[in-house]
Amino acid sequence: MKISGAEILIDCLKKEGVKHIFGYPGGVVLNIFDALYDEKGLELILTRHEQAAVHAADGYARSSGKVGVALVTSGPGATNTVTGIATASMDSIPLVVFSGQVPTMLIGNDAFQEADIVGITRPCTKHNYLVKDIKYLAQTIKEAFHIASTGRPGPVLIDLPKDVTAGMTEYMQPKEVQLRSYNPTYQGNKWVIKQAAGMIAKAKNPVIMAGGGVILSNAAKELTELAKLTNVPVTMTLMGLGGFPGSHKLSMGMLGMHGTYYANKAVQSADLLIGIGVRFDDRVTGTTDSFAPNAKIIQIDIDPTSIRKNIRVDMPIVGDVKNVLKDMIKIIKDNKEKRPARTTWLKQIDAWRKERPLSYKFDKKVIKPEFVVEKIYEVTKGDAIICTEVGQNQMWAAQFYHYNWPRQLLTSGGLGTMGYGLPAAIGAQFANPKKVVFDIAGDGSIQMNIQELATAVLNKIPVKVAILNNGVLGMVRQWQELFFKERYAHTILHTDRVPDFVKVAEAYGAVGLRATKPEEVVPVLKESLKIKDRPVFMDFVCDWKEKVFPMVPAGAAIDEMIFDED
Amino acid sequence: MRHTISVLVENKFGVLSRVSGLFSGRGFNIESLSVGETIDPAVSLMTIVTIGDDQIVEQIIKQLNKLIDIIKVVDYMEVDHVEREMVLIKVAPKKNDKTEFLKIAEIFRGRIVDSGASTFTVEITGDEKKITAFIEMIKPFGIKEFVRTGTVAIAREGIKKTK
Repeated sequence: MKISGAEILIDCLKKEGVKHIFGYPGGVVLNIFDALYDEKGLELILTRHEQAAVHAADGYARSSGKVGVALVTSGPGATNTVTGIATASMDSIPLVVFSGQVPTMLIGNDAFQEADIVGITRPCTKHNYLVKDIKYLAQTIKEAFHIASTGRPGPVLIDLPKDVTAGMTEYMQPKEVQLRSYNPTYQGNKWVIKQAAGMIAKAKNPVIMAGGGVILSNAAKELTELAKLTNVPVTMTLMGLGGFPGSHKLSMGMLGMHGTYYANKAVQSADLLIGIGVRFDDRVTGTTDSFAPNAKIIQIDIDPTSIRKNIRVDMPIVGDVKNVLKDMIKIIKDNKEKRPARTTWLKQIDAWRKERPLSYKFDKKVIKPEFVVEKIYEVTKGDAIICTEVGQNQMWAAQFYHYNWPRQLLTSGGLGTMGYGLPAAIGAQFANPKKVVFDIAGDGSIQMNIQELATAVLNKIPVKVAILNNGVLGMVRQWQELFFKERYAHTILHTDRVPDFVKVAEAYGAVGLRATKPEEVVPVLKESLKIKDRPVFMDFVCDWKEKVFPMVPAGAAIDEMIFDED
Repeated sequence: MRHTISVLVENKFGVLSRVSGLFSGRGFNIESLSVGETIDPAVSLMTIVTIGDDQIVEQIIKQLNKLIDIIKVVDYMEVDHVEREMVLIKVAPKKNDKTEFLKIAEIFRGRIVDSGASTFTVEITGDEKKITAFIEMIKPFGIKEFVRTGTVAIAREGIKKTK
């Protein structure tokens, strides 16, 4: 029996276990949308912008570990996905994005709504495809899901010309994926792992630096076991938060540009640094010449290109983090020698922790944004999924909420995409209907995808958006204050509530709440938790001069930090 | 350093731009590039010559290996190998210089593939050094035009250079 390309697509998606697609229709994908119309068990969530559809699929993927799926039309529909795809690519998030394309006959003719999206997304996808014949469709989809979700995950785009989805063919079930040119290394070299275990046993002042790889590889349990077993303190990159319990005594929180004083001090004083699922990004290392100057470096990563890309590495281990850590734990347990308690080293770290804890100056009259984040942690009892936008809001969310489990913090770490948080929160809520989902936002970022309030309202998605409203593009303003003589070029957004976020929320049919004084913060947050059938905008009118500290200025070593009083 | 890299790829559309994108995305120039089918028509071989910092070239080679359509990458810096390139050169020597020119072409084992009233076209094959030397030698005779195929390389049997 012959069936259409659109029907093949839907059958393939169901076989991959897809339940939710985030998308937006258009001319050349009409056949697909028509086939979806009667479909049970495969829900399409209509966003209000294609960029948001990809971010929602991304939030869905990050919070669940599944592959996120988006479906858009050709031309502008496809080009609108680029920011979303690049965001996922930088953070290694598994997505399959389907874009419509003009009929194969017209490709290259500057047809209406034509864009070479395969060419455009080549550098920001893990792989991409143009399906030129319906006979390759099913196999391509199977390959795409395989590539997106294995090895170092990433987004894959499939471009579908109109005649491919409209055409009819005998449906042949796709074969198991066999790619001679794609074989990720999952098992680390045993001999090297043994050497690394030996280095850990011998080290006096070791530090574990955990990144997004720990979360992607579902290795939080193994990481926690390794740290406890060897008494090695743990610091995390922004992407690694939640990979190790933030409230554990061995946790030093985040390191890097806005990392804690004690994490940065520990890294700079370490004699051994164990990088697990990290790529030593510039926000983490400061100047690379001065990074961890006394440390031997072990790096565990599934992607060989991450190793020795930015810094020297003494002991590289290519493999899946979870497998490597399991092997390492076994070797350490089998070794009967007494494991060091590292009392002196841990005491030193505690001394640094006491010397300069993460802090801010509470004010009785004006709301401090850090205070809001702290209270979100308290009222949610540390059990919410937190999405962030980008800028100061993101850093305060990283510093003042303690992440105790993986996939709890969803944030655009690599690309730094403003407008990520709200659609990602919607995606995360679809994947986790029982969880409380917050988007910690700034008044700048939230306006980059504010239209998604409609998506949330119409789907009864109760995401809580906490807008730390300081009226400025805070992070850039902070740099202008510190390094550009307080010349606030184009960073002042508004002085008299433009827009009025409460009214915006109400106009969309959401709930709008506002707090202008510190004592109103907790009641507003508690009120938001009562609302279960629609999104809430909370407008926290904050101190506009508040800055994120500690801070490592550009071109400095990570222990050359500046603090509030400096 | 000059690196000759051979890249075995799936013979599919778009692969060349995936490969060249890794170079251009880093602001790296490709000195020469040649592509052809192998014994297996589903597989093509690209030979790329690039000049750059060893660490960056190492990173590019890792990135090449990561591309889904790439089967194998060899940096000939690490392998004893033979390199060849072919050049077609159109020269217009003056009447009195013709014998001299033909002699030089013969020394370099060039082959005259076309001759007209005023020009000769020479085909010459060799490694980069030989070709550069030949071009330098015949410059004074008046080169009208020349075209190069780009380098191809193949490993010698059984010998591996130790680093």
